[in-house]
Amino acid sequence: MKILVAVKRVIDYNVQIRVKEDGSGIVTDNVKMSTNPPDDNAIEEAVKIKEAGKAKEIVAITIGEEKAQETVRKALAVGADRGIHVKVDNVIEPLAVSKILKKIVEKENPDLVFMGKQAIDDDCNQTGQMLAALLNWPQATFASKIEVKDNVLEVTREIDEGLETIEVNVPAIVTCDLRLNEPRYASLPNIMKAKKKPIEQLNASDLGVDINPRIEQIKVEEPPKRKAGIKVASVEELVQKLKNEAKVI
Amino acid sequence: MSVLLIAEHNNKEVRPFTYNAITAASQINEELHVLVLGHQADDVAKSLSEIPNVKKVIHVDNEIYENYIAENYAAAIIKHAESYSHIVSSANTFGKNLMPRIAALLDTSQVSDIIKVISEDTFLRPIYAGNAFATVKSNDKKKCVTIRPTSFDPADKSGGSAEITKSDPAEASSSTKFLKKEEVKSDRPELGTARIVISGGRGMQNGENFKLISDIADKLNAAIGASRAAVDAGYITNDHQVGQTGKVVVPDLYIAVGISGAIQHLAGMKESKVIVAINKDGEAPIFSVADYGLEADLFEALPQFLSELNKLNTIQK
Repeated sequence: MKILVAVKRVIDYNVQIRVKEDGSGIVTDNVKMSTNPPDDNAIEEAVKIKEAGKAKEIVAITIGEEKAQETVRKALAVGADRGIHVKVDNVIEPLAVSKILKKIVEKENPDLVFMGKQAIDDDCNQTGQMLAALLNWPQATFASKIEVKDNVLEVTREIDEGLETIEVNVPAIVTCDLRLNEPRYASLPNIMKAKKKPIEQLNASDLGVDINPRIEQIKVEEPPKRKAGIKVASVEELVQKLKNEAKVI
Repeated sequence: MSVLLIAEHNNKEVRPFTYNAITAASQINEELHVLVLGHQADDVAKSLSEIPNVKKVIHVDNEIYENYIAENYAAAIIKHAESYSHIVSSANTFGKNLMPRIAALLDTSQVSDIIKVISEDTFLRPIYAGNAFATVKSNDKKKCVTIRPTSFDPADKSGGSAEITKSDPAEASSSTKFLKKEEVKSDRPELGTARIVISGGRGMQNGENFKLISDIADKLNAAIGASRAAVDAGYITNDHQVGQTGKVVVPDLYIAVGISGAIQHLAGMKESKVIVAINKDGEAPIFSVADYGLEADLFEALPQFLSELNKLNTIQK
């Protein structure tokens, strides 16, 4: 089995982001970037499946500016075999990303495509489902457990009511939840080895897909701030405040 | 211009967020139709037809719609999409799983998780875990939109009498099979719609200690939430997780116990009307969003809290 794993470079999850003063977006200069957290789970799961002898090759792909390659390099360091970097200069929408991924899938013919369930920057939660639709493949989203059986996957999904288990035929798309596994850290020797693994570079413009934006971002602003609260000295005071001041109990 | 809303239900009852999504959808355009895909879900279709905001209910009854298989749902929705300018659903795991599949088939760039309808094509949505709000305008001819339910009041449930029309199913997918659903049954209010939520974090130390939380939840008729750390550690099941990758809640009262307040958790609760934080670390970020902060050991504070509540003559429910 061959697994394609899509990874995205985003502002690190620990960074308190800042909105640009002119309302045109978020400050990204000199801000720490890393791999979108659930994409790390996607890579980890692919590596575990390969280690269990159920996959032969893992290809990591990213779409983005020059530096997005770092995320592919990191995937190579934890166990992906080779990488693909599709260069785009501007931020593109999930629909465009899924059209690019479709082209790559047609070229690479993977049996499975894994990625995180959502990117923590735009919080869209769309790409995997869109790719599944464009390929007419089954989708298993928000996966917290994956069992590989012959030509099917049994996937447990985290849903609002609890857990749901479905079975999808291969080829399939899986979007990964944070509880799927515990992503490993790359060891130094593996980081060194990863530097020798190949990353194929492509330009989005050469793939013949329409990646023009359909959504105009009119402005980005800070959300309204909460009024500063107070500290109470005791549980008695807390209960009195909730009863008599906030009137919520 | 008319809007097609995809109803979420369990074949017997309408799931509560559908009512919030109906409010938002009718703000986009008053000509609002609701599509019910289900198996023997006549009661659901009937309930929806009684909502004054709903102008028409389209009911497709087939066993392939008994569970939410996105592949089957999408195929049926595409058949109806032609007549509508907007396809809408709630932005919970139901809509998040389904809507992008529809959008891609319609070659539309989806607008996810809106918190305000500015006009028929322009919406406000949170990005970066709610640390920024983006105003976005969709230039697609057909728009696919998911709605953050907690940002809209639920629609009135009675007084309307919309026509219910039956429609045929689309072809079923043979590549996806539903196996089982493990639903956590509880007599408590649903987390997403509860008036009071009390949540525990890593500070709870283990699952048994959540009893301290559930005792207070019983007293206040509150729902129980949790931080990702508490769910990851196995103290409580995933359906309780509040935050960027869990549920968003906007109760009248949110009580955070032993939760430090990472950005990702705040994303799921900081719009709550009144926030209480109980934490022994006075520097914990949760205090920056709390209306009332209590710096205390939760193992002492929670039993005291319960006994103080027991002293009150009346408690709002």
